[in-house]
Amino acid sequence: MNPAVKRWLPHTVAVVALLLLLYPLAWLLATSLKPADEVVTSLNLWPSHLEWSNYTTALDGVSGISVTRLLGNTLLIAVGAVVGNVLSCSLAAYAFARLRFRMRKPMFGFMVATLMLPHHVVLIPQYIIFNRLGMVDTYWPLILPKFLATEAFFVFLIVQFMRNLPRELEESARIDGCGAFRTYWAVTLPLSRPALITTAIFTFIWTWNDFFTQMIYLFAPEKFTITLALRSFVDQSSTSAYGPMFAMSVISVLPIVLFFFVFQRYLVQGMATSGLKG
Amino acid sequence: MSTVPTRAPARAHHPTGQPPRAGRRRGKRERHWPAYVFLSPWMIGAVVLTLVPMAVSLYLSFTDYNLFDPPRWVGLRNYTEMLTEDPRYWRSVGTTLLYVVIAVPLKLALALGAAMLLKNLGRGRAFYRSAFYAPSLLGASMSIALVWRALFNDGGSVSHVLDTVGIHTGGWVGNPHLAVYAVVLLTAWQFGAPMVIFLAGLQQIPSDLYEAAALDGAGRWRQFASVTVPMLSPVVFFNLVLETIQSFQVFTPAFAISGGDGGPADSTMFYTLYLYERGFTASHMGYAAAMAWLLLIAIGAVTLILFKTSRSWVFYADEEGR
Repeated sequence: MNPAVKRWLPHTVAVVALLLLLYPLAWLLATSLKPADEVVTSLNLWPSHLEWSNYTTALDGVSGISVTRLLGNTLLIAVGAVVGNVLSCSLAAYAFARLRFRMRKPMFGFMVATLMLPHHVVLIPQYIIFNRLGMVDTYWPLILPKFLATEAFFVFLIVQFMRNLPRELEESARIDGCGAFRTYWAVTLPLSRPALITTAIFTFIWTWNDFFTQMIYLFAPEKFTITLALRSFVDQSSTSAYGPMFAMSVISVLPIVLFFFVFQRYLVQGMATSGLKG
Repeated sequence: MSTVPTRAPARAHHPTGQPPRAGRRRGKRERHWPAYVFLSPWMIGAVVLTLVPMAVSLYLSFTDYNLFDPPRWVGLRNYTEMLTEDPRYWRSVGTTLLYVVIAVPLKLALALGAAMLLKNLGRGRAFYRSAFYAPSLLGASMSIALVWRALFNDGGSVSHVLDTVGIHTGGWVGNPHLAVYAVVLLTAWQFGAPMVIFLAGLQQIPSDLYEAAALDGAGRWRQFASVTVPMLSPVVFFNLVLETIQSFQVFTPAFAISGGDGGPADSTMFYTLYLYERGFTASHMGYAAAMAWLLLIAIGAVTLILFKTSRSWVFYADEEGR
């Protein structure tokens, strides 16, 4: 192959792939700023003028619930889930990675097995439990399970990370008289920061993107998340509402995009080391 | 799978030659209980939110249950009805299998191709890696599903572009033969997640293997087939299992693209969508529980088959030393 071609071919392919991949995102942004009559008439991404009123309409929200309220609700759930997952998964992971106890092997095996368990198998009984507890149409079913380390993915991720930590620091802490809890809190946890950050980021993004659980458990519009509000656009296909609908879509993915830019180093590394899915 | 560099080997040096054991004489009991305290949230979750619900859903799968009246035992009827009298069930199985069989290899092929491309890119690799990965974070969201529906709708960008090259498909979303492929492409669009894992795997292949192959006169294709493919096969296998398991459970894109009803003509009625419809819309919780158990069995069986076949095509470098 011609050396110039050989040098430029990968870059050309990469640029073309990039443009194709980012087209849907560019389209989203462009459509959110288009006047109603331009949405379907042209392939041209660039609007004839920027229709900011799409955003003011979107900010009014859906069925009387403002977008700030919807975002606040979603944030509350996401932060609750992050705190729950980081705490409970790191506690369980520490026991699996560092402590000795009789049931370790079978319990660890069970934890790994639940990695493959489709959520649907436990879905209905969980719903019955939360229904009996009067927790349907509250945020408890979305947050409480995270405090009980139900997401085996993260337990496994943190176990793998902790196993690779040098034991010497922990052992000297033990010699200095620290119990298991002090050692966990003051030595192992700070050392596990990268794994905990990965857990926090993915929990946040997955919770933010979640639709199924929210749809099943939340009914009152004032408790809706931004995703549930967007859902009300699903069954209408009239293109006249495109502007405000996609303005709201942009608002709803903004936190994820922000997260992505701030934490992308951790994200991609966390992905590579753990095999986690986005 | 871990690419975290192994730091100081655990317990490499102990001044005394023995791990310190404070309170050794106080017996084993003392060393065991803290572990259970650490594990207590997980154990409560495992029992209350996993084990008991699994047992309950197995029980419910043999009953008629609508959430309000007590469950009524019907034996195997849910299962026999599903397997012999419910064409919509089989339609959902067919749609899901078609989707898994096309979407998973397509996504993995794109991921591997992109990883190879990035490996050869040198400059700008980090940028492209992040950019290619971005769709994986956004793809599961309702927003992107709505974008997808608009892009593949009648008059959307996709049919526009295809029209200009002389392929007249119309809107995919309203076409029972094409709607499922809109979901397939949305899945493939998110190839960045397995790509990152492939890239990490590629970077771990020792370069002297390539040098040796080149010395033996192997060209680029030969090197790919004889070095890259076998060395990468454990990563391919890992991605294949993970993506397959996930694909069986696809929900949000199918829900959004079909307008929430699995249409047109049930063509995007994926398994989980039908399960949701039976259980939560039609209040046949027993039937939905039976569907969930068959899904678990199917996923278990497919995973088992993948593991069995893996013996013939997955190559573990460290096996040779044994």
